[in-house]
Amino acid sequence: MTRWRVARLTKVRDENGTARTLVFDVPDWPGHLAGQHVDVKLTAGDGYSARRSYSLAGPEGVELTVQRVPDGEVSPYLTLDMEPGDELELRGPVGGWFVWRPDGPAPVLLVAGGAGIVPLMAMIRARRAAGADTPFRLVYAVRSPEQLCYTDELLRPDPGVSVSLAYTRRAPEGHPRPPGRLTAADLGPYGEADCYVCGPTGFVESAAALLVGLGHDPARIRTERFGPTGD
Amino acid sequence: MTTFTRGFHGRRRGEDDRLPPGQYLAEDFPVLSAGPTPHVPLDRWEFTIDTEAGQTHRWTWQELTALPYEEPVVDIHCVTSWSKLGTTWRGVSLDVLFEDVESTADYALVYSYGGYTTNLPLDDLMDGKAWIAYRYDGEDLTPSHGGPARLLVPHLYFWKSAKWVHGIRLLTEDWPGFWETAGYHNYGDPWREQRYADD
Repeated sequence: MTRWRVARLTKVRDENGTARTLVFDVPDWPGHLAGQHVDVKLTAGDGYSARRSYSLAGPEGVELTVQRVPDGEVSPYLTLDMEPGDELELRGPVGGWFVWRPDGPAPVLLVAGGAGIVPLMAMIRARRAAGADTPFRLVYAVRSPEQLCYTDELLRPDPGVSVSLAYTRRAPEGHPRPPGRLTAADLGPYGEADCYVCGPTGFVESAAALLVGLGHDPARIRTERFGPTGD
Repeated sequence: MTTFTRGFHGRRRGEDDRLPPGQYLAEDFPVLSAGPTPHVPLDRWEFTIDTEAGQTHRWTWQELTALPYEEPVVDIHCVTSWSKLGTTWRGVSLDVLFEDVESTADYALVYSYGGYTTNLPLDDLMDGKAWIAYRYDGEDLTPSHGGPARLLVPHLYFWKSAKWVHGIRLLTEDWPGFWETAGYHNYGDPWREQRYADD
C-alpha cells in the first residue's frame, strides 16, 4: 500500500455541472473494498506537489468521482483540466472501517449527503457485481436536482435496493417530498441495519444523531465526514 | 521517480516550514470521526487512569477542571493531509494527572465515550507533550470536536488525540487501537509521514 503508483486517466464522465468521474488505468492495482479511498498526489512542473484523498466509486478498478470545490486547489484541476492520457500518482486502497463486504448478511442503510454518495455508490455497485441479495436502502440528500450524481443508474430498478431522494433546498416539480432538511421520517422505519453515513460534517452529525434517535445501535453506524477543505 | 501531472500548477497556499511532508494548511477545522458523536452529560462525565496493577485513578468534571491548566498553542496535523497551525487550547497536562500514578507500563491505550480507542507509548504522553483539553480557541470544546474533553497530543497525527476521552489504560504490551487495526500506522509521526501501517 505504501507505494505510489502511476495512474493514467483513461475516461472522464461528467456527473453534473460540478462533479466528474475519472477512470484511471493503474498497473497492478491490488483491488479494494467498497467504501475505501485512495490518496492522490499531483506534482507541478517545478516539483511542488499536493495530495488529497478521494473515495473509490466502483467495485473494480480505480474510478473516482470528484466534486469541484470552489477555490479548491486540486478538485478544479481534476474536474476541469485533466484530460485522458494525463497522469498522477496514487496510493491505496486506504481505510478498513468505512467498508462494506458483499458477504455481510445484515441489511444496509446508506445515508448520503451531496458528494457523500460516492463511497455509498461503490457499495451499491459492489452488491450488484457480487449478485448479493442483502437488502439495501439509500437515502440521498442533495440541495437541488442539479447536484445529483449517478442519476440514471440510481433511477434504474435494482432489485433489493430502494432509493429515496431528499431535496433540501429545491425539489423538482411533482416530487412527493417537500424540500427541507433530512428528518427522522426520511430515515425510518427501517429495522436493524448496518448504517453508513457520508457527507459534509454538519450533515453527518445530524443524520447520525437521527439514526441514534431512531434506535440504531451507535456501534453499527459508520460515518465518513468531509469538511469544506476536504477537496 | 516523480511523475509530473501535466497542467497542474497548484496554489502553494500555505507553504510553511511548519508543515510536515504531504500536509497542506486548512483554514477551518475539519471533523473526522468514525461514528455518531456521543453526548456525555458533565454530571456523569469522568476521566480515569487504570494502571497495569489494577489501580484506578478517577476525576469528575469538577475535579478535572479545578486542576492547574495550561493553554498550549500547537500545530495539529491530520492524517488526511490537513494541518492547522497555532491552535489554542486549554487543558490539564498529563504530567499533572500522572503525579500520583505508580506504573512501570510502557504503553497506553486511550479509550473514549462511544468506544473509540487509540494506542501510544506512555512516554509520548509525558513531559509536557499531552493534555486533556476542554477548551478550544477560547470556547468550551464542542461535541463534534471531541467535547466535553479530548486528548491533545499534537506531535502525532491527530487521530491519536482521542475525542470524547474517557480514560487511559496502562499496559505492559502494546495494544493497537481503532485506526491502528484498520490500516493506519501504529505510531503516527507526521514528520516521518507515518500514515499507514507499512509506512
